[in-house]
Amino acid sequence: MAIAANDADTKVLSVENLDTRFATPDGEVHAVSSVSFDIAKGESVGVVGESGSGKTQIFMSIMGLLAKNGHSTGSARYRGKEILGLPARELNKIRGVTMSMIFQDSMTSLNPYLRISKQMTEVLVEHKGMNETQARARGIDMLDRVGIPGAKARFDLHPHEFSGGMRQRVMIAMALLCEPDLLIADEPTTALDVTIQAQILDLMGDLKRDFGTAIIMITHDLGVVAGLCDRVMVMYAGRVVEKGDVRDIFYRPQHPYSQGLLGSMPRLDKAGESELSTIPGQPPNLQALPPGCAYQERCPYVFDTCRSAEPALRFVDERREKACHLDTLPAPGTARQSETLGVS
Amino acid sequence: MLSYALRRLITTIPTLFVIITVAFFMMRLAPGGPFDSDRALPPEIEKNIMAAYDLDKPLVEQYFLYLGRILTADFGPSLKIRDFSVGELILSGAPASMQLGLSAIVLALVIGVSLGTLAALRQNTGADFSIMTVSMIGIAVPNFVMAPFLSLVFGIYLNLLPTSGWGGGALQYKIMPIIALALPQIAYVARLTRGSMVEVLHSNYVRTARAKGLREQLVVVRHALKGAIMPVVSYLGPATAAVMTGSVVIESIFGVPGIGTYFVNAALNRDYPLVMGVVIIYAVLIMLLNLLVDLLYAVLDPKVRYV
Repeated sequence: MAIAANDADTKVLSVENLDTRFATPDGEVHAVSSVSFDIAKGESVGVVGESGSGKTQIFMSIMGLLAKNGHSTGSARYRGKEILGLPARELNKIRGVTMSMIFQDSMTSLNPYLRISKQMTEVLVEHKGMNETQARARGIDMLDRVGIPGAKARFDLHPHEFSGGMRQRVMIAMALLCEPDLLIADEPTTALDVTIQAQILDLMGDLKRDFGTAIIMITHDLGVVAGLCDRVMVMYAGRVVEKGDVRDIFYRPQHPYSQGLLGSMPRLDKAGESELSTIPGQPPNLQALPPGCAYQERCPYVFDTCRSAEPALRFVDERREKACHLDTLPAPGTARQSETLGVS
Repeated sequence: MLSYALRRLITTIPTLFVIITVAFFMMRLAPGGPFDSDRALPPEIEKNIMAAYDLDKPLVEQYFLYLGRILTADFGPSLKIRDFSVGELILSGAPASMQLGLSAIVLALVIGVSLGTLAALRQNTGADFSIMTVSMIGIAVPNFVMAPFLSLVFGIYLNLLPTSGWGGGALQYKIMPIIALALPQIAYVARLTRGSMVEVLHSNYVRTARAKGLREQLVVVRHALKGAIMPVVSYLGPATAAVMTGSVVIESIFGVPGIGTYFVNAALNRDYPLVMGVVIIYAVLIMLLNLLVDLLYAVLDPKVRYV
């Protein structure tokens, strides 16, 4: 992987050819298809895509949290150790300890019946063998560090007694208790309002700096990626369609889907446009993908090859890969006119 | 919470009043009287007896006389079991009935919740299907069928347990009545637990618990069980009511000297004060237990607060 660090020692997680499928009554759903990527120590990677693009399921597979009807193949190595398909007992030495995950909906992701104190101390008691007193001290300290005012007084409250932003801070504090070197954040700011979003992102930025935690940010919000991530991986229909450095992809997207996503961002500097631009059509049904490129039906540059051959992920330059048959795209913003190019 | 409990207690009074009224008149609407099965008495003597128990007065007057006595906690004398007051009879039957009822509820909770949890953890496997099938049978078979069946198998064919009596409260006499009383509740609690446990196991907070790398035992017992048990707690009120009504049948079948047995005999003999006394005791118990369950809810679910 050219865009990852070359030194194997600095790789925290390395995923190769990950495939995740779900058996459903209507047939098999291929949710994640041949996904490969690495993340180095202290690095932050954004994983972006629409709902259903498989971005969350990649990490559910890695964390051993797939639904019962799900099954993954391929490889996911945490610091060189294969963790895909590891039994829960073995996986529990890693997850929650050195590899933590936080979830989108902090209201339902915290146990409503247990005090925050219990939900935090149990991690330390389980993994670090601390006694209750030590664990409490550490838990309060961690709440303090994620910016919960009056942490000591609030430690024994229940989740419903916190606001949404505070709950997400609690989730983050909980994930950081054992000082993980990899934090997977699944849309941590989606359920929050904008000012709280910014605070949470600042917090995650601080973590990266202070703890050297590698962060994977799963999101559909490109603004979040721009603010926090070094690299970005764009997902579509369970595949990686483009990956590279954040700046490269933001300024010069090389895949039509990335271009479409960026084009869909509301812009303050284009005051004349009253309508938000969108990508036409719907994401494809993962049970019945068309032959060829999964994006063909929505792509403005589609041509014959796209309908027959699936584009493989290939290097565009040394730091960027994309899965598209076109070598270069017209400049962003001209996408719609390109339909008149007659490539189809 | 205290003021809530007090308010709830006060609202039981009108309910109780309605229950007493309905039970009083329904009992009197039933044909026959307390002394019909006795040897025919000379008219003057019968008249004396009726007068002694105020049964010769108009029904409405009797009703108000009864209410007046209830207010002084006097349930009156039994009409059939001479020399005993209704209060004494109920007190003498209470220990046996309470032992049966409490044991049945505890058994239903412990076994029902365990089986339900097991079924949920092994969802759609043989274990799950067998637990659910057996519990469906447990719910479907009425206790007046189950009790004689148990008697037949364990009492007569296998000769392991006595088929009836109380034996002064010896354990072997209690086993079958408790099981017969508990079975439908075990079955119902197991199904309730399974349903909510399956749901909770798919919840986000259980996913978080797993993501934290907790042992499966902690995930299930500490994180899932508390949420999964809430519907069972709500069912505790109806369950105690079902156990009480069930005990009426079960006590008669197994010859247990409890309140239920008195109740059946009293109803058959038109022993009006005894019937009324048992109805009132059952009503008060059920209302108190329902209140207790609601308070328990507040203890278990931090989001529930009574003011």
